[in-house]
Amino acid sequence: MPLPSNPNGPGDAALRAPLQGIAGEGSAIVEIRDLGYAVGGRPVFAGLDMEIARGGITAVMGPSGTGKTTLLRLITGQLAADSGEIVVAGQDMRMVSRASLFALRRRMGMLFQNGALLTDISVFENVAFPLREHTDLPERLIRELVLMKLQAVGLRGAAELMPAELSGGMNRRVALARAIVMDPEILIYDEPFVGLDPISLGMILRLVRRLNDALGITSIVVSHDVKEISAVADAMFLLSGGKVVAHGTPAELKANGSDIVRQFVGGLPDGPVPFHFPAPDYFGELLSREDRP
Amino acid sequence: MRLLREVLHSLAESLVGLGTVVRFFLRTVAACPAALLRIDLVSKQVYNSGALSLVIIMLSGLFVGMVLGLQGFQLLQRFGSEEALGTAATIGLVKELGPVVTALLFAGRAGTALASELGLMRATDQISAMEMMAVDPIRRLVAPRFLGGVIAMPLLAAIFSMIGIYGAQLVGVQIMGVDGGSFWSQMRSAVDLRDINEGIVKSCVFGVSCSLIAVYEGFFAIPTAEGVGRATTRTVVTSAVVVLFLDYLLTAAFL
Repeated sequence: MPLPSNPNGPGDAALRAPLQGIAGEGSAIVEIRDLGYAVGGRPVFAGLDMEIARGGITAVMGPSGTGKTTLLRLITGQLAADSGEIVVAGQDMRMVSRASLFALRRRMGMLFQNGALLTDISVFENVAFPLREHTDLPERLIRELVLMKLQAVGLRGAAELMPAELSGGMNRRVALARAIVMDPEILIYDEPFVGLDPISLGMILRLVRRLNDALGITSIVVSHDVKEISAVADAMFLLSGGKVVAHGTPAELKANGSDIVRQFVGGLPDGPVPFHFPAPDYFGELLSREDRP
Repeated sequence: MRLLREVLHSLAESLVGLGTVVRFFLRTVAACPAALLRIDLVSKQVYNSGALSLVIIMLSGLFVGMVLGLQGFQLLQRFGSEEALGTAATIGLVKELGPVVTALLFAGRAGTALASELGLMRATDQISAMEMMAVDPIRRLVAPRFLGGVIAMPLLAAIFSMIGIYGAQLVGVQIMGVDGGSFWSQMRSAVDLRDINEGIVKSCVFGVSCSLIAVYEGFFAIPTAEGVGRATTRTVVTSAVVVLFLDYLLTAAFL
């Protein structure tokens, strides 16, 4: 089923117009320079540099615990960097006021790992939520917009269901409809494929690509599902040890010969990212007389 | 030296905690006018905190009033002044037991519901999602819940006191044989507006305190099952201690 190119607006050209007003076509929409961030004294990022190009789908990958979700929270201003610079759509996140941050977020949509639907209201009301909060549109128009977005994710028929009645894949598709209801310029996905069955995964994968192309937006996808994300991404960044260790197109990353990239892309159990968490000597600990480690 | 350092450290932590509570309270109060304009959100919370607590408040009020009637009758009988039972029960309920017991029950029923609801919303990223949709969760979630509690609490305390007085009358007049006319007339002549004002002020202050504690604990709950459970427990314990402490201060102030 083909997605409507932009059921809510006059067309792609009009959707791209605000982007050009912010910065020229082709410039980076997210620029991160020398980013430093630590949690409880443990550095998560140390000197991370990254540029995410406007338009297209950029994948941010890395082993579990490398701070992919933390990076998203830093980009969206949910967390503040300890050092370095993050510039999103021309706004320096260090200088941004609360009002400017909220204005910036109106131009973003985010799909959380678990959907994060509001559980006390229906699917329809969840998708209508940003419209009701930010606009004074008449009820009839809100209804039309919501049904269009639900149609785009294939869940118009589930409009009256409650979030508790949805499957994991449906939950994420509703969250996606909610994320695009305000026609964002940047769409951010946090681990969109986790825990999905192959059919739901295929649906989400197709939606990521089609929504990006149809709405003319920039998509940032955090994932560690190499095979799936390689199929749709235009550019990929691989994080490890608090830095970007490789970046390029999916083909370039596949051809990259470094150990860390080969381990991650090939799914090898041991390599630069060790199988074992750092621990004292195994036999020494087994033979120790102490009851506890 | 180490002890001193630890004391200073915990003192500094307490001050930071207090600062966070005060800042949260001011932000919530600042968001209240905007929340009041969305009357549907506030009325839903008044229903959740107030109407859904009615049964437990009424039942408790009835039993507390009946006990008061029984104990009061036994005590007053020693001095031959059983007719003053209406006055004693009413003053005890309106000034003290009504606001205090209602606040404790409110913290146990509505407070825990508020804290766990907000805590679960935090744990399931609903609050983060709201922030990402450029919707201020303090304005959209916290302020209506806070206002709901503040509005519901004095109404619940009034209902508690009213049912309690009928409970005392039921035991004193219907069972123990106190004269009904004396019960009501002495009550009407002895209880003045000042007594009722004290009860109203107390229940309003307790409403603000209990609602603030509940929304604060829920909003800042650690986003895990254990964190939400701990926030719920802390809501009850902190509310109980704060209510009893404030009750002493307010009673002293009204003397």
